[in-house]
Amino acid sequence: MSSENILVKLDKAGLKQNNKWLVKGVTLQVEKGKIVTLIGPNGSGKSTTAKIALGIYKNIDGNVEKYTNKVGYVPQKISIDWTLPLRVNDFMLLTENLKDDEINNALSLTGVVHLKNKNLGTLSGGEFQRVLLARAISKKPDLLVLDEPVQGVDFTGEIALYELIKDISEKLNCGILLISHDLHTVMSATDHVVCLNGHVCCSGSPKDVARNNEYKALFGEQASQTLSLYEHKHDHTHDHDGEIKKN
Amino acid sequence: MFDDFFIRALVAGIGVAIVTGPLGCFVVWRRLSYFGDTLAHSALLGVTMAYSFQFNIAISVFLISSLIALILIKLQKRTNLPGDALLGLLAHSSLAVGLVVIGFLTFIRFDIMGLLFGDILAVNVTDLLIIWFGGGLILLVLKIIWKPLFASTVNYELAEAEGLNPDRAKAIFTILMAALIAISIKMVGLLLITGMLIIPAAMARNLSDSPFKMVLFSIIGGLLSVLIGLFSSLELNTPSGPSIIAAALFLFILSLFRIKQSIQLKN
Repeated sequence: MSSENILVKLDKAGLKQNNKWLVKGVTLQVEKGKIVTLIGPNGSGKSTTAKIALGIYKNIDGNVEKYTNKVGYVPQKISIDWTLPLRVNDFMLLTENLKDDEINNALSLTGVVHLKNKNLGTLSGGEFQRVLLARAISKKPDLLVLDEPVQGVDFTGEIALYELIKDISEKLNCGILLISHDLHTVMSATDHVVCLNGHVCCSGSPKDVARNNEYKALFGEQASQTLSLYEHKHDHTHDHDGEIKKN
Repeated sequence: MFDDFFIRALVAGIGVAIVTGPLGCFVVWRRLSYFGDTLAHSALLGVTMAYSFQFNIAISVFLISSLIALILIKLQKRTNLPGDALLGLLAHSSLAVGLVVIGFLTFIRFDIMGLLFGDILAVNVTDLLIIWFGGGLILLVLKIIWKPLFASTVNYELAEAEGLNPDRAKAIFTILMAALIAISIKMVGLLLITGMLIIPAAMARNLSDSPFKMVLFSIIGGLLSVLIGLFSSLELNTPSGPSIIAAALFLFILSLFRIKQSIQLKN
């Protein structure tokens, strides 16, 4: 892949807050038309890595270079203040001036076009998640950063949305940085997997990662065989400033 | 029937209401009521500076309020004090210093009541020009920064991630607040200007389901407050600034009934 296809590039990037490394030494890049997935246990620095890639944090260690400003972001957590009267339609227009049919189109792709004039506060968790995803894809971004985009979505919806995400990456030729806990989906739909545990444990194609010993140690032998069972064992702990101590 | 001063008061009030409408919505959305109060209190210091150095009041108030906002931002980064304590510290100390400076300026007779509660009936043609020209400029700049400011009000990280530069929008908005206080201080006074920002916006929140509607209703509410307040102050011989705020309160209470109705309809 030639260098002009690179959308964002992290070089030994890390973030230290209150003398504790949240994540350290992450090197990865997202290219056009490719899906890169971050996996790892809770607190392993997945969301932090995504925010570093997006340029939300200012005082980072190492380097991050973003080559595009057309970005769509689905955060893991979003708190919206209800002093704001905000309908789904207003939310869709938040960062981009879209035409009405572009809004309808994006909302129907994620199956929530009927909620267009509803107040954001009245939506269920799954509905809101679909609106968040619709908003991120509606502006036809070069780079999509999706932090657990299907949390709270029903089972059939989850499969459909993952298919939609894969479809979008092909149609728009955009790069996707995905954070997901669903290892089965990750392994079937991803071009490149980065396994985090405060640092990069291992990375590569899904097959390579599944065979990797560190991955097995982190997610368990079973995970690499069935690619679906989610369970992890720690082979190391972190001391107070985030340094790695082998058990 | 109308004396000339009354027409001027009306034109000034209408100008201020059109600007406080949209700005007040952001004050409510971003929870900046006490920030607005602090800037308004510091305006007294601005007025005394204007008298001390024979300077235009609006420009002097604008400079001092911007300075206080800047000091606040610096203090927030450097101390561990909570935001409301810092706001209180700056509000009351700038008010006190302003009053102390007045004590030194014995050669000028100050209308303290006029400063605190406004004297819309004393507005002259220069003031009108400042209100309408300055107000127009404030609205123009607000329109330009609307997208990043509104997006970061909804969610800072989304705005930052999608390249809207919310920090710059926030800094510009702070300057707009200082400018609004500078142009409206003579009309409603420094103790009541925050009321003019918050009460019509709060009323509008009760009636709206979209940000655009809330801004629109907030402007309409402000205009009605000015009209009702000024006419009733003429009829009942009450002070004009407080009458405008009381009219705004009256409209707010009316808007509460509208909420009760819609809740009953839903059930």
